[in-house]
Amino acid sequence: MVRVQKIPTLKQTYTGYAAKLMLEDGTVFDGIGFGYPSGIAGEVVFNTGMVGYTETLTDPSYRGQILCLTYPLVGNYGVPSYDIKDEYGLPKFFESDRIQIKGLLIHDLSDVASHWSCIKTLDQWLYEEKVPGIYNIDTRELTKKLREHGVMMGAIVVSENAINESLLKKMLASAKYEGLNFMPEVSTKGAQEYGDKGKDCVVVLDTGVKYSIIRNIMRTGYRVVRLPWHATYEQTMSYNPKGVVISNGPGDPKVCTSTIKTASKLINMSTPTLGICLGNQILALAGGANTYKLRFGHRGQNKPCLNLRDNQVYVTSQNHGYGIDPKSLGKTGFKVWFSNADDNTVEGFEHKSKPIIAVQFHPEASPGPYDCMFVFDRFREIIANGMRDKADPAEAAELQSVKKTPKPLKKFVINKKKIGGRKIAEK
Amino acid sequence: MYPLPINTNYVERVIEVERPDSIMLGFGGQTALNCGVSLHEQGILQKYGITVLGTPIRGINTTEDRQRFKEAMIKSEVPVLQSFAVNSLQEAFRAAKDIGYPVIIRVAYTLGGRGGGVAHNEYELQEIVQRGLNLSMVHQVLIERYVGHWKQIEYEVMRDYNGNSVIVCNMENVLAMRVHTGDNIVIAPSQTLNNYEYHMLRSAAIRATSYCNIVGECNIQFCLNPTSEQFAAIEINARLSRSSALASKATGYPLAYMAAKIALGYSLPELINKITKATTACFEPSLDYVVLKMPRWDFSKFELVKRKLGSTMKSVGEVMAIGRTFEEVVQKAIRMCDIGKDGLVANANLSSQSTAEDIERIEQALIHPTDEIIFAVVESIKAGLTISRINQLSGIDPWFLLKIKNIIDMEDNILRKSNSFDEQLIRKAKKMGFSDKQLARCLHLEEMQVRNLRQKFNIRPVAKQIDTLAAEWPAKTNYLYLSYGGETDDVKVKDSSKSRITVLGAGPYRIGSSVEFDWGTVNAVWGLKENGIKEISVINCNPETVSTDYDICDRLYFEELTLERVLDICEKERPTGVVTCVGGQTANNLTPKLAKCGINIVGTSSENVDRAEDRAKFGQLLDLLKIKQPAWRKFTSLEEAKEFADTVGYPVLVRPSYVLSGAAMKVVWGEQQLEGFLTDATNISPDHPVVISKFLQDAAEVEVDAVSDSNEVIIGAIIEHIDNAGVHSGDAIMSIPPWRLDRNTIDTITDYSVRIGKALNVKGPFNIQYLVKDEEVLVIEANVRASRSMPFVSKFVGYNIINLAAKAMIGKSLPPTVKDLWLKTTGFGIKVPQFSFMQLEGSDVVLGVEMQSTGEVACFGNSFYDALSKAYMAAGYSLPLSGSALITVGGQKNKEKLLPIISLITSMNYRIMATEHTAEFIKNNNFNDIQLVYKISEPDRKPNIADLLYERKINFIINIPATSTIEKYVGMLYDEYQIRRKAVEMGIPVLTTFEAASSFIKTLQWLRDNTPTIMPLKSYIELE
Repeated sequence: MVRVQKIPTLKQTYTGYAAKLMLEDGTVFDGIGFGYPSGIAGEVVFNTGMVGYTETLTDPSYRGQILCLTYPLVGNYGVPSYDIKDEYGLPKFFESDRIQIKGLLIHDLSDVASHWSCIKTLDQWLYEEKVPGIYNIDTRELTKKLREHGVMMGAIVVSENAINESLLKKMLASAKYEGLNFMPEVSTKGAQEYGDKGKDCVVVLDTGVKYSIIRNIMRTGYRVVRLPWHATYEQTMSYNPKGVVISNGPGDPKVCTSTIKTASKLINMSTPTLGICLGNQILALAGGANTYKLRFGHRGQNKPCLNLRDNQVYVTSQNHGYGIDPKSLGKTGFKVWFSNADDNTVEGFEHKSKPIIAVQFHPEASPGPYDCMFVFDRFREIIANGMRDKADPAEAAELQSVKKTPKPLKKFVINKKKIGGRKIAEK
Repeated sequence: MYPLPINTNYVERVIEVERPDSIMLGFGGQTALNCGVSLHEQGILQKYGITVLGTPIRGINTTEDRQRFKEAMIKSEVPVLQSFAVNSLQEAFRAAKDIGYPVIIRVAYTLGGRGGGVAHNEYELQEIVQRGLNLSMVHQVLIERYVGHWKQIEYEVMRDYNGNSVIVCNMENVLAMRVHTGDNIVIAPSQTLNNYEYHMLRSAAIRATSYCNIVGECNIQFCLNPTSEQFAAIEINARLSRSSALASKATGYPLAYMAAKIALGYSLPELINKITKATTACFEPSLDYVVLKMPRWDFSKFELVKRKLGSTMKSVGEVMAIGRTFEEVVQKAIRMCDIGKDGLVANANLSSQSTAEDIERIEQALIHPTDEIIFAVVESIKAGLTISRINQLSGIDPWFLLKIKNIIDMEDNILRKSNSFDEQLIRKAKKMGFSDKQLARCLHLEEMQVRNLRQKFNIRPVAKQIDTLAAEWPAKTNYLYLSYGGETDDVKVKDSSKSRITVLGAGPYRIGSSVEFDWGTVNAVWGLKENGIKEISVINCNPETVSTDYDICDRLYFEELTLERVLDICEKERPTGVVTCVGGQTANNLTPKLAKCGINIVGTSSENVDRAEDRAKFGQLLDLLKIKQPAWRKFTSLEEAKEFADTVGYPVLVRPSYVLSGAAMKVVWGEQQLEGFLTDATNISPDHPVVISKFLQDAAEVEVDAVSDSNEVIIGAIIEHIDNAGVHSGDAIMSIPPWRLDRNTIDTITDYSVRIGKALNVKGPFNIQYLVKDEEVLVIEANVRASRSMPFVSKFVGYNIINLAAKAMIGKSLPPTVKDLWLKTTGFGIKVPQFSFMQLEGSDVVLGVEMQSTGEVACFGNSFYDALSKAYMAAGYSLPLSGSALITVGGQKNKEKLLPIISLITSMNYRIMATEHTAEFIKNNNFNDIQLVYKISEPDRKPNIADLLYERKINFIINIPATSTIEKYVGMLYDEYQIRRKAVEMGIPVLTTFEAASSFIKTLQWLRDNTPTIMPLKSYIELE
C-alpha cells in the first residue's frame, strides 16, 4: 500500500456566537456568529465565485463592504500560510496583507478545514484580523433581495450575548459607503519595488492593487514600482517606466481625483497605460467619459466578456460596483474593447490611437479563471509596438490556427437552415 | 427512426437510403463514437460525402488513441502519468517493469473502463493484459503508473468552432483515483481544491481540449496529488457521457442541447441560457448548492460476483442529491439509492461494539472498497480509527471523512437526548440530512410522530431553485430541490389552477427498473397535459433521465422518492392527485402509504392495487373469476413449507419476504435445498413469511400489457417469451406477436386479461404474466402499473400506451379505435436483453428467476428471424456463419432434448466440439466428426477448452447446466461456470437454455439464405 503524507486537518474554534444582520430595508437575518465578535456596518454585496475565499477576502476592492458568498460551503481548505510564495516572492494565495472585507456572510462554515497548505481555519483567521462573520443564514434569499433591491447598506453584530436590534438600527443610521475615499486605507504609503533591478520598469499606481497584478506585470518581464494613489505624473515618470498600470481598488472612482489627474496626463503624453477595474474607470473619467453605480455590481468568476477585436468570448473574474457609461465614451478618444455578453456593459476599452488600454474585469484572476492573462501580454505588446496589431503576422496567424477549429464550409450554412426547417416540420 | 444494430454495416445501409449530408457521433455514447470512427476508417463517410459535425474524426482519434493522447497533452503543456501503449504481453511486462508496480491497465477504444484493471504483479498483469488486448478494437492497451490515492477531478468543457471555451462544471470523486468515476461518489463542485488548484486544472482542461479540436462537449479527467500541486491528465471523452448528464442536471446547463447547436455551427455567445432566457450560454454556471452523485449497484442479483470496486465500472445506475451542506446531500443520496437505508447512520440494524477482528476486517474494507465503502467508513470511525489512518487506507480526503464524522456525532447527540424532542437539535439534524425515519429510530417514535412534532415546531424544508447563476439573474424555469438550508421558498405554488397533478418518477436505474419507467413518467406527463391537466410537477432523483429535464413539466422536484419527501412536496404543491403507477416499483410501493396520509392517488385506487399485490387477496379474486394459477401458499414455518412442497412436487419457486444475502427468489429442486435456502439465505418466521408456489417446467411464459378505464380494457399486445418459464421476464427474449401460441390460447389470455382488468377496476396501465402449458393458461401475477415492456409494445403497435393510460387515469374513456391493433400489424418485434456479465467480474451467465440484465434492445422485421437476427446483433452477439460450436450439456434428459439442435448444427457444417460425456452421447447417436475437448480444470489434457477460447477457435457455446442436480454444486458445475465466464470475457456467445440455443441456431440458418431488412420503424408496423 502506498503511504501518503499526512494532510493537516483543523477544527473551528471562534464560532457559536449570537449574530444578526440587518439590511437598510429593515430585513433581519439571524445566524451563528464566527470570527471576531464585534459590530460593523457597510455596503452588502454578493460574490458568486465557488472557490477562492483567501484571495477574495484580501482583495482591497472590497474595502468598506460586507461580503456574502453565494456558494454555501466555505472554509473547506482552511487558510494557508503567507509564507508560501510564488516564483516572484509574492504571497501565492493572498491578494494583500490583510482581510479587506468588513464582514463575511455565508451559509455553511465548514467546521473542519483540510488541505496540504492549511495552517489555520477561516474563523481563526477572521478572529485574528478582527473581522466578524455570520453563517447559517439563507444566503440565497439575501442575494435575491440584493438583486431585486440593488446593493444595500447593512449592519452586522456578532456577540457572545443576546443582540438587541435597536443597536443594529443605530449602526445602520450612521453607516456610509458611497462617496467615501478608501485610498488612504488601501494604497501604499511610499514607493515599493519588486523584481530585478536590471529589468525595464512598469509603475503601478496603487489604488488598492492586488498582488496578482504585480505578479502578472513581472511575468511579462518587467520589474514593478508601486506608487501611492496620489502620485503625480512627474513622480510617476521619474522612475522612467515603460508603462503605467492603474490598479483595481474600492469605491467610487470619482473620489480618486489625484489619480484621475495623473491619468489625464498619462493620456495626454501618450504614455503606455493599462487600467484595471477601478483603474479602468479612472482612465475613462480622465479621458472625458462618465461612470455610474451599477444596481448590484458584478462579482464572480463566471462573467462572459466579448472581445470586440476578435469576437471571442472570455470567462472573466469580476468585482466592481461601478461602470462606464457607454454613451459617454463616444466623445472621447476611446472605443469599446470588451463588452459584457450578458448585460452589454462596458468591460474594457482602448484608445483609438494612443497606447492606452483598460479592462473592467480582472485579467490577473486570483480568484477566477486565468483566460484573460493575455491582457498583460497585450500591454507589453503595445509598450513595444504601440497600438499596431501583432508585430509578426505569421505568428498571429499560427496562434489563431491553434485556437480555432475549422467550421464546416459554406455548403454547411445552407444545411443549417435545412435542418432547422426540418425540425419545425416535425412538430 | 431505424430500429437497427449500431454497426458500420447497418449504418452504411441507412446512409445509402437516407443520403444525409452530415452525421453527429458524440451523442450515442462510446458505441456511436466507435461506429463513427469505423465508418470513417472504412471510407464510408468519404464515399457518401458526409460531414462529421462537432469534434472532427482527427480529434476523436487523438482522445481515443492512448499514445496520440499522451503526445497531444505534452504538446499542450498538460502533464500525463508515465505510461506505455503496448500491443503484446511481452511489451506489457517490459513497460510495467519500467514504471514499477502497481500499474493500471487501460484498454484503447472501450467503454466504462471495460477490461482494464490494476496489476500489482506479473501474474495479475498477464490476466488483465490478455483480456484487454482481446477487447480492444485496435488490440492495444496502456500500461500506466497507478496513483490510487490521488484526487480524481473532472471538468466538463463546452467549446465551439470559434474556439470559445467554457467549463460548465467541475467534479470531485470522493473515493479518489482508485475507483472508476462511474462507480465513484462524485461531488460538484470540487470541495477540497483551493482557487489555485481549481483554476490550474481549469486552464489545463481548456488547453488540452483546444489542442484536441473538441467541438461541442467533452469531459476531461485529472488526477491531483493531495499533498502538492502535482497533477496529470488521465483522459478526454470527446462525447456526451454519463458525467455530462450529471453535469447538466447538477448545473441546469443542458449540455447535450447546447452541444447539438454548436455542432450545427452556432457559436457559444449566439446561444442563450435556457434558464434565465436572457443571458448568454457562453458562461460558467455558478452553484449555490452542492450536488452529490451516488452509484447504485446490484451485486446481490449475481452469484459468485466480485463486489470489489476499481478501474472497471460495475454500477447499474445512479442518483443525484442536491442540498446546501455535504451532510445533507450524502444522506439524501443514500436514501435515493433505494437500498433499504434511511441515511448514512441510524439504519435498521444499529451496529454494536467492534472487536479486534472487526478492526482487521474494517481496515481491509477500506483498502479494498466495495459497494459498501461509505458504510465501511462509518464503521471505521465508530470503531475508533483515526481520520488520518482512514485517509491513508482508503484514499478518501480527510475533509469528506470529517464531514461523515459530523453525521455520526449528530447521531450520537440525538441518541443521548433520545427521551425528548429537542427542537434546536432536530433543526440541526435536519440540516444534516437526517430523515424522519432516522430520527424516529433514535427517539423511539414512529415516523409520523416525528413528522407531526416537526410541523408543530415549524421545522420544514424550503424549495430552492436551480438557476445556473446563484440567484444573480432571475430564473424562468422551475427546477427545484428541497433543503433545510434556508428560510424562504423560491417558488410559491399559486392556487389559481384547479387541476394540478404530481407524477412520481422511478428513481435510480437498477436491474429490473430502468429507462422504461422514465419513458413511462415522461409520457404520463405529456399525456396528462394533452388531456387538459394545467400544472404538472415531477419528482425524481436520477440524473440520467429525461423526466428530470426541467422543461418536461411545470415544476421539477429533483428529490427523494420517500414518503417523507413526497409529503413535503405535496404540502407545497397541494396537488389534486399523485400518479404512482408509471414509476415502477419504487413509486408503486408508495401508493398505500400516500393514500393512508390522505393523498389522492390518480388512476387505480390504492385498494385495488393492493388486491393485485396481496397474494391472498389476488388468489381469492382469481378463484372468483375461475381463473387458474399455479398452486401456492404462504408459510411461516419450515415444516409446513416442506410438507407443501412434497404435496405439489418439486421443483418449487420460493419467495422469501426477507433476504439475508443473495437472490430474493429461487427455484428449489429438492427438500435438502429448500431447507438450506430457507435457513442460510433467508429467514422463515411469523414476521417473515415465505411464499412457495409450484414451479412449472417446460411452460411457455406470456405477458400482456394493457390499459383500462374500468369499463373498457385495451390490450396493448400479448408478448411471448422465447425462453421457457424460469427465466425472469426481464431476461427473456420476447416476441410480438406470440410465436408459438394458437388462436384459442390467445383468446383465453385476452379474455382473462379483460376480466382481471375490470375486476380490479383498473384506471390506467397494467400488466399480467401468464404460464401456458399443454394449452392450459395460468396467471402468475398482475401488476397494476406501467410495465417494463410497455415502451416496446408502444413502438410495435404505433401508439403510446402510457398516453392512453393518462386518459384513463383522469377518468376519461378510452378510444375504441386502438382496440386489438396489435393483432392487425404485419411485422414482428423482438426484444433481447443486454447483460453486463463482462463488467461484473466473476458473475455467472446462467439465467434464472432473478433478473440480471442491465438493458435491452428491440428490433423489428417482416418475419420472426428477420427481427431476431437484428436483435441478436444489436445486443452484441456475433452470428458466425461457419466455424465451431462447443457443446456441453448436463443430465441425460437434457442431452436427449438437444439432439435435434445438434442435428441442425451438423447439417449447417459447423464443427462440433464436446467434452467427454457429451461427446460420447453425441457419437452414440450417430453423429460423427465430433472433436473431443478437455475441461478447463484439466489444463494438461489437450486440446483444452481454455486454449481454444483464447485462440478464438470456438465460435459459440451451448452450455446447458443440469439444473435438477444442482445440489451437486461441485467440480463439474464449477468447470462449466469457468467455460461460461471465459467465453463472456472473450465475447463468445453462450447459450444456456434449449430455447435460446434453438432460436440462435435457427437464426444462423435463416441468415444463410436471407438478408435482414432495413426499413424505418413505421414500415414494420403497417396494418394489414
